[in-house]
Amino acid sequence: MTTMTLRTFTTVALMASLGVATPVARKLNVVATTPDLAALARAIGGDVVDVKALAKPTEDPHFVDAKPSHIVTLNRADVLIEGGAELEVGWLPPLLESARNDKIAAGTPGRISASQGVTLLEVPATFDRSRGDVHALGNPHFMIDPVNVHLIVGQIADHLAEVDPAHADLFKANLKTFDATLEAKLADWQKQLAPYRGGKIVTYHNDFVYLAERFNLEVVETLEPKPGIAPSPAHLAKVISKMRAEKARLILVQPFQNRKTAETVARQTDGVVLDIPQQPGVVPNTATYFDLMDYIVRTLATAFAEKT
Amino acid sequence: MAQFHHVATLVALCAAGPAAAQQPTTPVQQGRAAGSYMNVSFVGLTDFGWSTEPDVGSLQVGDHDPHVRGFSIPNGELALDGTVDPYFKGFSNIVYKLDAKGETGVELEEAYFLTTSLPGNLQLKGGQFFAEFGRQNPQHPHAWAFADEPLVLNRMFGPEGLRSQGVRLSWLAPTSWYTEAMVGVFNSAGGTTFSFRSDGSSEIHGGIPVERDVRGPGDLLFVPRVATSVDLTETQTLLVGVSGAFGPNNSGPDAKTQVYGADLYWKWKSLRAHQGFPFVSFQAEALTRRYTAAQRASSQDPAITLPDETLRDRGMYAQVLWGIKPMVVVALRGEFASGAAAAFQSVSRATRSRVSPNVTWYPSEFSKVRLQYNYDHREGIGVDHSVWMQFEFLLGAHAAHKF
Repeated sequence: MTTMTLRTFTTVALMASLGVATPVARKLNVVATTPDLAALARAIGGDVVDVKALAKPTEDPHFVDAKPSHIVTLNRADVLIEGGAELEVGWLPPLLESARNDKIAAGTPGRISASQGVTLLEVPATFDRSRGDVHALGNPHFMIDPVNVHLIVGQIADHLAEVDPAHADLFKANLKTFDATLEAKLADWQKQLAPYRGGKIVTYHNDFVYLAERFNLEVVETLEPKPGIAPSPAHLAKVISKMRAEKARLILVQPFQNRKTAETVARQTDGVVLDIPQQPGVVPNTATYFDLMDYIVRTLATAFAEKT
Repeated sequence: MAQFHHVATLVALCAAGPAAAQQPTTPVQQGRAAGSYMNVSFVGLTDFGWSTEPDVGSLQVGDHDPHVRGFSIPNGELALDGTVDPYFKGFSNIVYKLDAKGETGVELEEAYFLTTSLPGNLQLKGGQFFAEFGRQNPQHPHAWAFADEPLVLNRMFGPEGLRSQGVRLSWLAPTSWYTEAMVGVFNSAGGTTFSFRSDGSSEIHGGIPVERDVRGPGDLLFVPRVATSVDLTETQTLLVGVSGAFGPNNSGPDAKTQVYGADLYWKWKSLRAHQGFPFVSFQAEALTRRYTAAQRASSQDPAITLPDETLRDRGMYAQVLWGIKPMVVVALRGEFASGAAAAFQSVSRATRSRVSPNVTWYPSEFSKVRLQYNYDHREGIGVDHSVWMQFEFLLGAHAAHKF
């Protein structure tokens, strides 16, 4: 072998080993902290992305375990979508530290913080934990408002196009389809809930304020006296008398919240406990955001019709 | 442009909703909290209790354990961390503590950087930090499930755990399940390298410690570790690891120590966990030490020469935690530690066992109240009973814990 051919051989071998000669088209690894964000990523990414959610749909998104398997998932991610606004503050930072993946570092195209661009409600004027675990940036349970979802899918499409420019047109088309459906659906949801304008609801945690704002409902009380503080008998007594006085009869609970406490309150107020998960997939046939919201709106409308 | 159209349409559709309600209740500069360049937090730990052993310090040997009858403040931890630049993160822990006489001590417990973007799944840590040996050694006291340090960790790594100045290189394997291999290289001298070149080593071998310089890389302390984890089911996770710590000791000019450890952590958490509850976890660590003690002059009577010998120690602890309902955990720990007979009969190598049930209540994520009982048996001394109440509060940045 001459020097020349040896050099050529080496170059070819090197290029092959680096994958330069044959770029393999693989799906973009998109990781979402919660299943609701994952559902949006699937809608926009279509079949050119692989989407994984870290939190399970049934568990409290504030308290996910920083399991080592999540480190591996984040290490392989091309894009990370987080809720932000301190939703994941108790578990995402140590995972990212161990994942050592600068593709998803803050400020890069691979990192989407859904709360950015959304106007958050209940931003505290002072930081004081005697009011409970109030999030400094505002209430992070904003995905239940379709207008926020519209803003978030736009962000997702922009970021995906930046990370994977070859499929930019596909993401744009998927976004257009999603937004058109969202517009039509929102009109329908508004119509279904219009008769119950000013309808009174009680929630376990303070996690339905965005729904109330969008659909003109009123959150009369929360079973937790303060965010993250367990319901005390004294507080529940206050909730019960307020519910009776205001004729509030609907108590909304998520699957991880204490349904028994809600049932106790419902029994004494002629109320009804509604299972309203904010994550897709908990209730059968709610895998997409639209299916989930259809279910939520239908459940609320039915309950209002029966109880008021 | 198309997006503006959509927003306009959507907002118009929602015109029934008050637009003003979409504004924050009070204008506030968000930079104050999440956008600040550094997280600052303070953890204050207070113990209160009683023991049948009047010299509580001889029984509660950990530096962050309750150490007197009555009140102890064994740990006030000021933690600072943040992103340094696009390449590094930085952490520091400054610990304030009051000793049995009420005197304040301050220590730079940890101060280190961590790389964020090395190629090849590598990560480098450098500075002063806890060695990643086993499970509990690198944890700070507020992450412990009990009021005191496990006996075996105290035997092998001293009252403050194994930490020193050095670097640690870690590699995350490209496997589909979590596997991480790492090696730490540290200075081997000082009180926090107890089984190595520590001034406190007379406690182990009974001789007068020799002055040893660092003559080559072999005189540094090496701490390799491999850990792997699998999710057994949707609700169960298993994490196992093996660790080693190899370095010189100062019983003689060429004496060496090897510590080996194996650790296991299993956790079940409900699919419908609320605030992380209910859960059940099991954690166990077993350690063994081979300490080659050189021929040395006794520290009690220099006229006596102690022979060249190998001191062998072992011990383990196992603990079960049950998070019954939100914010309430009951736990049980059993442990023993024992050293094989040697020319110098050290109290700190004698067989000892302890059983500790406790219950912890978290009024919120930022405070905790714990009640613990210890049944303690020390060979040659007898049984002691202790009851400790622990209160802890957290100020500032939200705590985030590794698995």
